[in-house]
Amino acid sequence: MSRTRLTNLLIDIVLFGFCILMITPLALLVSNAFKSPEELLSWPPRLIPANPTIDNLATVLADTPLLSWVLNSLMFAVASTIAILITSSIAGYILGKFRFRILSVIFAIILATAIIPFEVYMIPLYFQVQELGLLDTVPGLLIGYLVMSFGIFLIRQSVIHAIPDELLEAARIDGAGEIWIFFVIVLPLLRGALGALAVLAFFQAWTSFAWPLIVATSRDSYTIEVGLALFQTGYTVDLGKLSAAATVVLIPSVTIFVMLRKNFVEGIAATGLKE
Amino acid sequence: MLRHRKLLFALAALIPVLAIYVWVRIMPIGEILRLSLHKWDIISKNKPFIGLQNFRELLEDDLFQAALLNTAIIAFGVLLITIPLSLGLAALIYHRTRSRFAGFYETAIFIPHVVSLVPAAMAWKWIFDAKLGPLNAVLMKFGLEPQAWLFDPVLSIICIIVLCSWQALGYAVLIYIVGFKNLPHSLYEAARLDGASAFQAFRFLSIPLLKPITLYVSVVTLVSGFNVYAQAFVLASDSQGAPGRQVRVLVMDMLENSFRNYRIGYAASEAVVLLVIVLILTLIQFSLLREKGGKSQ
Repeated sequence: MSRTRLTNLLIDIVLFGFCILMITPLALLVSNAFKSPEELLSWPPRLIPANPTIDNLATVLADTPLLSWVLNSLMFAVASTIAILITSSIAGYILGKFRFRILSVIFAIILATAIIPFEVYMIPLYFQVQELGLLDTVPGLLIGYLVMSFGIFLIRQSVIHAIPDELLEAARIDGAGEIWIFFVIVLPLLRGALGALAVLAFFQAWTSFAWPLIVATSRDSYTIEVGLALFQTGYTVDLGKLSAAATVVLIPSVTIFVMLRKNFVEGIAATGLKE
Repeated sequence: MLRHRKLLFALAALIPVLAIYVWVRIMPIGEILRLSLHKWDIISKNKPFIGLQNFRELLEDDLFQAALLNTAIIAFGVLLITIPLSLGLAALIYHRTRSRFAGFYETAIFIPHVVSLVPAAMAWKWIFDAKLGPLNAVLMKFGLEPQAWLFDPVLSIICIIVLCSWQALGYAVLIYIVGFKNLPHSLYEAARLDGASAFQAFRFLSIPLLKPITLYVSVVTLVSGFNVYAQAFVLASDSQGAPGRQVRVLVMDMLENSFRNYRIGYAASEAVVLLVIVLILTLIQFSLLREKGGKSQ
C-alpha cells in the first residue's frame, strides 16, 4: 500500500515538473510584457515582475493596429466557425442518415480529399479569391475556411450514434417535413458534437498562418498572427514590446481554451475514434 | 415513392454544400495538378504545357532540395521526440486519472497545442536568443559553452524541432489517453493475476494494443511536420537587426517561388511533391494497419 503511494507521489512529481516546463515559455513571455527594459536584462528572469509596467502595452497599442488585427481575426474565426457548423451539420446528417449509393460515393470522395493538407492547394485557391476581387478582405480569408472535412465526419459519426432511425421514421409517419425534422429533432440532439466542432473550427481559423499571410496584404487587413509575425521582424522593436503584443493574443485564446476545455478535448478525442 | 422523395431532399440539401466543397477543395486540388505541368509567370496570358519539365528542374534545384531535406529532418525529428514522450506521459497521466491534478496535467500539456503559433514561436525565439536568452544563461550557470542557437546551421534546425515537438506533444498525449481509456480492462486484470508488473503490462500489453493509435498519431505528426512554416518564419526572421539563419522549409520555398519569383507552375510542382509525400505516408499507415489484421482504432 505504502509502496503504491510512494510510486504515485513520484509520478505526480514527474508530471508536475514536466507540466511546469511546458508552460514556462508562455508564462515568461507574459511576464516579460510587463517588465521595464532594465528588468528584462536582469538575471535570473523573475516570473513576477518587480515593478510591473504597462508602458510596453501602451506603446504597442499606439504604434500598431493591434486591435484591428484582433478584430480581423475574430471576424474571420467567427464567420468560419458559423460556415463550418452549417456545412458540416447538413452534409453530416445527409451522409449519415440517407442510404443511397450516390451518397456513399460522395462520402468516399470527401474522405479521400480530407488527408490533403491545405498548403498543397492554397496557391490555386489564392487565384480563385483574386478572380472574385476578394484579396485583402475578410470574406477572401473566409473562402479558404468554409468547409472542414473532419467536421463532416464528426457530425456524420454522431448522427449515426446519437440519432435512432426509429425516431426519424416516427416523425415522418406523423407527417413531419424533412426540413422540420432537421431543425427540430436532429440539430438539438447534435448540440454536444456541434459545440466540440465549433471550438475546433474557431481555433483552426484563429491560429491559421500561411493562408492569411498570402491573402491579407495591407497592414490594416492582417490577422493577428500575420500582423505579429511581421511586426516582430522590425529591428527597432524590443523584447518588452514584442512580448506585450504577443500577450494580447495569448491571453484571450488561453482563457477561451481553459473555459471550453471539455468541448475541445471531446472534439480532438473524436479524431482518434474515426471508424 | 417515399424513397424517391427522400433522395430528392437529400440531394437538394447536399448540393449547395457540395458545390462549395468542390469549389474550395476539389477544384484547387485539380488545378495544382494541372499547373504543375505548365509554365506560368502570373503576368502572361498563356500557360504553355511543358510536361514534366518542372519536376525535372526540381531534381537539380539546390534550394528545393535543401528545403526538402530540412523539412524531412524536422518532420522525423518531431516524430522521434513526440511519440515516445507522449506515450509515456499519457500512460502516467492515465495512471493518475483519479488524482486531483489530472485536469491540470491535461491542460498544461495541451495549451502549447492551441495557442497561436506566432506568439509561441516568439517566446521560444527569446529563450534561444544568443545574448539575452535564458537557455544560454542556464548553460553558463552549469559551466557550459553558450551556443548561437539560431545562427548555427545544425542548431537552428534543432530549435525548430524543439518548438514543433513542444506544440505537437499535447495532441499526441490526448489521443493516447483516449486510447488508454478504450483498452480492455479485463486483460490487465488477468495480467495482474499472473503476476505481471505495471511496467510489464505497459510493455507487453499497452504498447502492442495501442499500435493503431501510434500509427495514426505518427502520420498526423509527420504530415503536420512536412507543413511546417510559421515556426521557421518566426525563428529565422531578424530581430533587433540580427537576422537569424534561415532554415528553408518546403512551404517557404513554394511561396517564394510563387509570390516572389512568379513561377506558379514550378511552385505547383513543389506542392505536388508535398501531396505525394502525404499520400505515401497515409498509404503506409493503411497498409500497416491491414497487415495487423486489426480494425483501425
